[in-house]
Amino acid sequence: MKLLTHNMLTSHVRGVRPGGGFPLRIQATEVKVSNVEFNPRFVARMIPKVEWRALVEAAESLGHLSNLPHELPPEYENNDDFLRKVHHVLLEVEVMEGVLKCPDSGREFPITKGIPNMLLSKEET
Amino acid sequence: MIEIQTQMSERAVELLGLPDDQPCFLLDVGCGSGLSGDYISEEGHHWVGMDISSAMLDVAVEREVEGDLILADIGHGIPFRPGTFDGCVSISAVQWLCNADQKTHSPPKRLYRFFSTLYSALARGSRAVLQLYPENSEQLELITAQAMRAGFTGGVVVDYPNSAKAKKFFLCLFVGGGGPLPKALGAECTDGEESQQARFTKERTRFRNVQGKSVKKSRDWVLEKKERRRRQGKEVRADTRYTGRRRRPRF
Repeated sequence: MKLLTHNMLTSHVRGVRPGGGFPLRIQATEVKVSNVEFNPRFVARMIPKVEWRALVEAAESLGHLSNLPHELPPEYENNDDFLRKVHHVLLEVEVMEGVLKCPDSGREFPITKGIPNMLLSKEET
Repeated sequence: MIEIQTQMSERAVELLGLPDDQPCFLLDVGCGSGLSGDYISEEGHHWVGMDISSAMLDVAVEREVEGDLILADIGHGIPFRPGTFDGCVSISAVQWLCNADQKTHSPPKRLYRFFSTLYSALARGSRAVLQLYPENSEQLELITAQAMRAGFTGGVVVDYPNSAKAKKFFLCLFVGGGGPLPKALGAECTDGEESQQARFTKERTRFRNVQGKSVKKSRDWVLEKKERRRRQGKEVRADTRYTGRRRRPRF
């Protein structure tokens, strides 16, 4: 699971307040770093959608912050250096094994082979 | 089978009407082993796939697909923040929401949960294109009604409506406005995908009739019909050496 996906994922357990299921806290036991082709336009388009603080928090918890600033710089569209850093954190860092924890309900979603298991029981839907 | 899946994926992405040369972030509902996802990657987009079968997702992992995979039941909702995706495609998956067993929620409830959360997870101005095999027109109406209830506009595009073999249903849903429904393929030809040119072949007419279809009730016809029903996701007995065998005159 890439950090881009993690930044968009919420808990959909019944009873969770709107927005209460985000961001899922990551407890990772295995992280993989890969090489993904850099596309500056894609990264620049995704940045407005990304929850910046949650991204920094997640990257930090995995030990892959890679000099990412804690605050989003105002002019980033043409800042190649910055876009590359964001690209690395969003698309090249993957959680392979671990657990995602819903901040509101405490419910845990395991991650195996990079796949988060978001299946809910009957009581949770 | 793989060829058809890829064709349907191409058509679904085409119907998404994404801007040219712009890499997007898409959702693949019922991604399975990642066949449609591979096509999406080829087109330069990033994607997230959801499927209820861990066996299928394992195959996708083995095939080293580029998208992220999520093990989930779409009837429980699409667990993403509002406006996450630039589009959504689905190949042969949504009709399964109508197959909920007695113990779980009713199909309309599951359908509504799916569509309402999908609507929220899509960016304004984007589309969801869902290829499906509806069991009958009532089922198609049920599915479409729940989609409209959830806020989508749009409708059903039927490619090759006159060809039993090539006919495909695409539910094209718009998030906010959307404009006219895309044009279906093969709607002008009365023969559907079969061309209007004469087919010259040395095959004896005994096994094929003029329209290129197998003679009704022959073994070929039975096998083709069973294959068609399998593609539609229906339960079909396995083919054996007794399939379509000649019965005694009493039949």
